[in-house]
Amino acid sequence: MFKNLTIGQHYPVESPVHDLDPRVKIIITLAFLVSLFLIDSFSTYIIVAVFLTAAITISKVPVKFVIKGLRPILMIIIITFVINLLMTPGRIIFQVGFIKVTEEGLKQAGFMAIRLTLLIMGTSLLTLTTSPIILTDGIESLLKPFKRFGLPAHELAMMMTIALRFIPTLMEETEKIMKAQKSRGADFESGNIMSRAKNLVPLLVPLFISAFRRADELAMAMEARCYRGGENRTRMRQLKISKGDYAASFIFIVYFAAVIALKIW
Amino acid sequence: MSIKAENIKYIYSEGTPFMTVALDEINLEIKEGDFLGVIGHTGSGKSTLIQLLNGLEKPSDGKIIVNDIVVGEDKKKLSKIRQTVGLVFQYPEYQLFEETVAKDVAFGPMNLNLSEEETEKRVKEALELVGFNYKSIKDESPFDLSGGQKRRVAIAGVLAMKPDYLILDEPTAGLDPAGRNEIFEQIKKLHKKANVTVVLVSHSMEDIAKLVNRVIVLYKGKIHMQGTPKEIYSQSEELKKIGLGVPQVAEIVNELRKRGFNIRPDILTVEEAKEEILKEVRRNYV
Amino acid sequence: MDDYIIKIENVKFKYSKEDTDYAVDGCSLNIKKGEFTAIIGHNGSGKSTLAKLINSILLPTEGKIYVKGMDTADDSKLWDIRQAAGMVFQNPDNQLVATIVEEDIAFGPENQGVESSEIRRRVDDALNAVGMYEYRKRPPHLLSGGQKQRIAIAGVLALNSDCIILDEPTAMLDPSGRKEVMDTLKKLDAQGKTILLITHYMDEAVLADRVVIMDKGNIKLDGTPKDVFKNIEAIKKFGLDVPQVTELAQELAKEGLNIPPDIINVKDLVDLLCQ
Repeated sequence: MFKNLTIGQHYPVESPVHDLDPRVKIIITLAFLVSLFLIDSFSTYIIVAVFLTAAITISKVPVKFVIKGLRPILMIIIITFVINLLMTPGRIIFQVGFIKVTEEGLKQAGFMAIRLTLLIMGTSLLTLTTSPIILTDGIESLLKPFKRFGLPAHELAMMMTIALRFIPTLMEETEKIMKAQKSRGADFESGNIMSRAKNLVPLLVPLFISAFRRADELAMAMEARCYRGGENRTRMRQLKISKGDYAASFIFIVYFAAVIALKIW
Repeated sequence: MSIKAENIKYIYSEGTPFMTVALDEINLEIKEGDFLGVIGHTGSGKSTLIQLLNGLEKPSDGKIIVNDIVVGEDKKKLSKIRQTVGLVFQYPEYQLFEETVAKDVAFGPMNLNLSEEETEKRVKEALELVGFNYKSIKDESPFDLSGGQKRRVAIAGVLAMKPDYLILDEPTAGLDPAGRNEIFEQIKKLHKKANVTVVLVSHSMEDIAKLVNRVIVLYKGKIHMQGTPKEIYSQSEELKKIGLGVPQVAEIVNELRKRGFNIRPDILTVEEAKEEILKEVRRNYV
Repeated sequence: MDDYIIKIENVKFKYSKEDTDYAVDGCSLNIKKGEFTAIIGHNGSGKSTLAKLINSILLPTEGKIYVKGMDTADDSKLWDIRQAAGMVFQNPDNQLVATIVEEDIAFGPENQGVESSEIRRRVDDALNAVGMYEYRKRPPHLLSGGQKQRIAIAGVLALNSDCIILDEPTAMLDPSGRKEVMDTLKKLDAQGKTILLITHYMDEAVLADRVVIMDKGNIKLDGTPKDVFKNIEAIKKFGLDVPQVTELAQELAKEGLNIPPDIINVKDLVDLLCQ
């Protein structure tokens, strides 16, 4: 059942966006997020929308996949919208009892909703066009300079890789143990919160024991394959900045400059 | 009293690109007192089938009837069905979780809301059924036991529910020959002494041929063959073709027959093979 | 240096000082380069411990082990020893590290600091050697048990190990998975790799050049499969199975048929009977 589960919702097609160096993609995405919060006029969002639409089109990822990423946070967007709408003081344009809607509130709520929507679409595009392992490589490479300050870049990346590798395995295992305990009459579905939490013990204990056993065996297997941390380690896949990356960076700089210019102006 | 499967179909991830038909046209009756073997390789649908039989999964089509209760019709009866049809999963030792063996085995009876005395009585019975001395094992931590012992504790955990039917999925997977023989001996005893109907699931004919009285071979989600172990054995070549383990004796018999040696095709043991070969040799050279 | 790739000299090992019994109890064994050796024994016979001692995961309490002349107790040689004698474990899930098959095979050489293009070459060679090239972009959790073990073997090949030690690699597999692994090992044997297979399946041991039977931490029988398996009674006493064909051959010989006691292949027996 869990076998078809994909982590990070990678959409594997070939496109210029998929081919970009992960480091370039991560930096552009971060700068894109910054740009969203710099903007304070609705007209500027048109530029953002154009930029994002162009990026999605080039990436060959169907728009509905990008929009699908919004579904889990739809509630958050709505709540943020409502809170901003009702809590911002200013010129009242509408009032029912103690509920007041102000002009500033409407504007603020609109901004927040648009920002959040674009933010999620932008980050979705990153994870849709980059496989988790390449993303991990990119993060490791970007964090390397911070090693000097004691940041364990390699170890973090290794942890991410192992987590990605074992999530499906552990999910499958969870399902199996759940079924085994259900066969012994366990009930995971009814009762109040307290009894439900208690009912999870027969699931969690075996799951933890198994996870530790796996960790133990994996550590031994890794050592047997000469793993001794990040020192002197090489990689089969080398990250390389190519022409496409320069082009993408250039386009993004133009976009970013336009956003700044419009803000100052 | 019996378990009946009527025209079962089971489809995974229906309506997605990953859709697979795991089971199709399965008709089957397991009568009280049966000792049934189900063999099939990984992915043949055997794991799905046994999960349907105790209501863990619902068929996409068709009906499962356990002692006159239709599985899935009434949600409240699900726990009754799971109690009636005990299911021991592969590597069951990985589901142990309590501090002591007795507490772990008591998990099932406790879920049935039995009295303390009744629970203790059942725990004792179940542990003795799988060959333990109750007094000396009950306060041990299950995690301090050997692999084979853990597995027997886990089986006791299902037996304590007093099922009418006991389904075991690859109960000897990963054990060495001694551990394997021990588990099989226990299962044989269970069937004989405790009058439990047993369904043994395996990917190898070798393991179950000597125990069961009926075999079902699953292949690509369908019942490919069924019959007595001898009937199935006589088609060892076909079994091999669909990726199943065949004991060496069957291979020897098969090769001999191919070379024109006139012996029965349905030989199960080395002893039988010896007798048959001697008969034939003596017939030719006297 | 002589022909022996692994030399085990009077090795004793116990897991903790309080243990009264040694898991490996005065074991000596020499493995020749290119040899395919099967070590069999029941659970707790010390066979898996022995494998971990060779790979320097464990160190002998007494005695010495040399891998290609290197003492496994010599800390400075640790990584050379692990490179020379690569290891495949029982549980196929718990030894694959990466989320993509080819990345996993690259894990070993990456740890050794091998240059990128050379890693690529080794990974492709290893994938081809185990017949998994077309699966190189797959995530391991979608592979079958037999395929996962082939990937683990490829991982060792990519380390350029001379010797492959496999600790019950087929214990968790179904018959077709076991066949996949054994076919792969036979192919590697033919290419001159030294293989040390730890198992409790007799039909696998029969395929080796040499069979070693362990019991209570010591070596009880050692020789060609024919020499070893003809001792049916002794093997049964160690809690192990014997090939049914050998048993049948000996039973027939007892009845006066002219059949040697050391038959281990179905074909040999059938040939004799059909003369």
